[in-house]
Amino acid sequence: MNLAPHLPALQVVIPLIAAPLTVLLRRRSVAFGVALAASWAAFVISILLWMQVAQSGTISYAIGSWPAPWGIEYRVDRLNSFVLVLVSGIAALVLPYSRASIEAEVSPQQHYLFYTMFVLCLTGLLGITITGDAFNIFVFLEVSSLSTYVLIALGRDRRALFAGYQYLLMGSIGATFLVIGIGLLYLMTGTLNLDDMGQRIASVQGTRPILAALAFITVGVSLKLALFPLHQWLPNAYTFAPSAVSAFLAATATKVAVYVLLRFYFTVFGESAVFAKLPMEEMMLLLALAGMFAASTLAIFQTDLKRLFAYSSVAQIGYIILGMSFDSVSGLTASIVHLFNHGVTKGAIFMLLGCVTLGMGGTSLARIHGLGKRMPLTSFGIVVGGLSLMGVPGTAGFISKWYLLLAALEKGQWWLVFAIVLSSLLAAAYVWRFVEVAYFREPRKDTENVAAMPWLMSIPTAILVIAIVYFGLDTSFTIGTATDAAASLIRGRP
Amino acid sequence: MTGATTHMTLSGHFTYFIMVFLMIAGLFIVISRSNLIKKLVGLGIFQTSVYLLYIAPGKLIGGTAPILSDAFTVYSNPLPHVLILTAIVVGVATLALGLALVVRIREAYDTIEEDEILERDLKPEGDGKTK
Repeated sequence: MNLAPHLPALQVVIPLIAAPLTVLLRRRSVAFGVALAASWAAFVISILLWMQVAQSGTISYAIGSWPAPWGIEYRVDRLNSFVLVLVSGIAALVLPYSRASIEAEVSPQQHYLFYTMFVLCLTGLLGITITGDAFNIFVFLEVSSLSTYVLIALGRDRRALFAGYQYLLMGSIGATFLVIGIGLLYLMTGTLNLDDMGQRIASVQGTRPILAALAFITVGVSLKLALFPLHQWLPNAYTFAPSAVSAFLAATATKVAVYVLLRFYFTVFGESAVFAKLPMEEMMLLLALAGMFAASTLAIFQTDLKRLFAYSSVAQIGYIILGMSFDSVSGLTASIVHLFNHGVTKGAIFMLLGCVTLGMGGTSLARIHGLGKRMPLTSFGIVVGGLSLMGVPGTAGFISKWYLLLAALEKGQWWLVFAIVLSSLLAAAYVWRFVEVAYFREPRKDTENVAAMPWLMSIPTAILVIAIVYFGLDTSFTIGTATDAAASLIRGRP
Repeated sequence: MTGATTHMTLSGHFTYFIMVFLMIAGLFIVISRSNLIKKLVGLGIFQTSVYLLYIAPGKLIGGTAPILSDAFTVYSNPLPHVLILTAIVVGVATLALGLALVVRIREAYDTIEEDEILERDLKPEGDGKTK
């Protein structure tokens, strides 16, 4: 049997089947094996899909052989094959890492459930990315969100429970806003297929329900992607979740939400004149700048590393939205590249912070004095990640900032170039906070016995840190795909 | 559907008024109440309003279930019902998970009032290390 034509379905179905299997098998080492196999299979499939799309163009897969506008369609194009590689790649690295990491942070009888929730979350994120059906996006969004709430609440600190609860409220409100938006679109266009919707919307463009749908979808998805000022759930969730969960979420969850926003803005609303009726570009520009500056400033004053880098995530989302607000091919290229590069960078940083938690017993700045002496490699890795956040040449972060600057120049917005550089200086300030504590303070006595890092943790982490530098030097994969994806999103615009 | 261009009539848009009322009421409860259970009740009402948004326009007065027969010519759209069946399941799962979290929060904090929880985390003896 030839499986190649069914790869889009297998991408989602394999982790989906792995989830109940891990519950039934119960033994945590078996559950780990199943989850690992599923996440690696997903990674391989996503690469195969990416190559297939690069060679022969968009793949359309009809679920259950019901043809597209009626049945649910899985549609893989340049943009989402790229996001699929990011999500499944991070999952394939975080999963082996999590085995040793949750040993110290989650009670043993919950381990097999951790793997269940992890693969379910992966299923949801892959499903959101691959589907071409608006209501399907909502269903997968809830699959990933519900498992995320559980994963966050698994943290050992009791505040993790409350962080999980708060995210449940905010996340459900966001998802419900999204369904309201999709419902209004469905009422006006009579279809749920995103492509079909994009074509039919032309005849009803500018009507009030369509504008309301745009507003509901924007607010709902912005809650999910933690656009400033809707980011309040994020710092607590990242800080109190188990380290492996923080790493996975920071690298993938908000990025997939950005993808949903791109999809709705450019595939569905794009071809109508909706953007002309509302000052969307100005609004996004304003919120992006507010996020870049406010969140970076807040990050400088944090006393815990996990929380510091969580605020930095909110600021980096600002860059992605800034690229979108330019509404040009180069701006979108910058957004899509930054989506990937920031995912890799933040994934690496939070994995390193998990190593710090294991080695030093915590990530508060007071505890990690002299980290450079106690854990030299880990500490160096965090510095590399920090350089990428600042956008220093030779790291992945530089590439995306460079393209962002080019996009700003293309628009003739000189003051924005200045703003981007200034906000990078704020990033330098919070990275310096870490460097100062890690390298210029004497280590504390009670952190003398640093636990040796299990290889299951150190190798995936090292791979991701190397990836930061690799994607800063060789941009053929990232820039090549992002440019194509941006061009295909923008095409057909009036 | 040409609701945006025709004149708004109370009877023609009755379900929309109910929907907007439920939506605002639910959202208001989530924001204004401090009790974690009451917040979940508000969230439930908020989500229910969406069910109405989908279901009401799918129903045609005089229409029947879409089973082909010579006796009927007007059918209601079944798709919104199916979609909302899924949304109801999601809503139930969210509520169940939310309540489970509240149970665990009560075990850890001995209260389900938001302001008291925040207060207890500020105190040094809480330290947040026990669960």
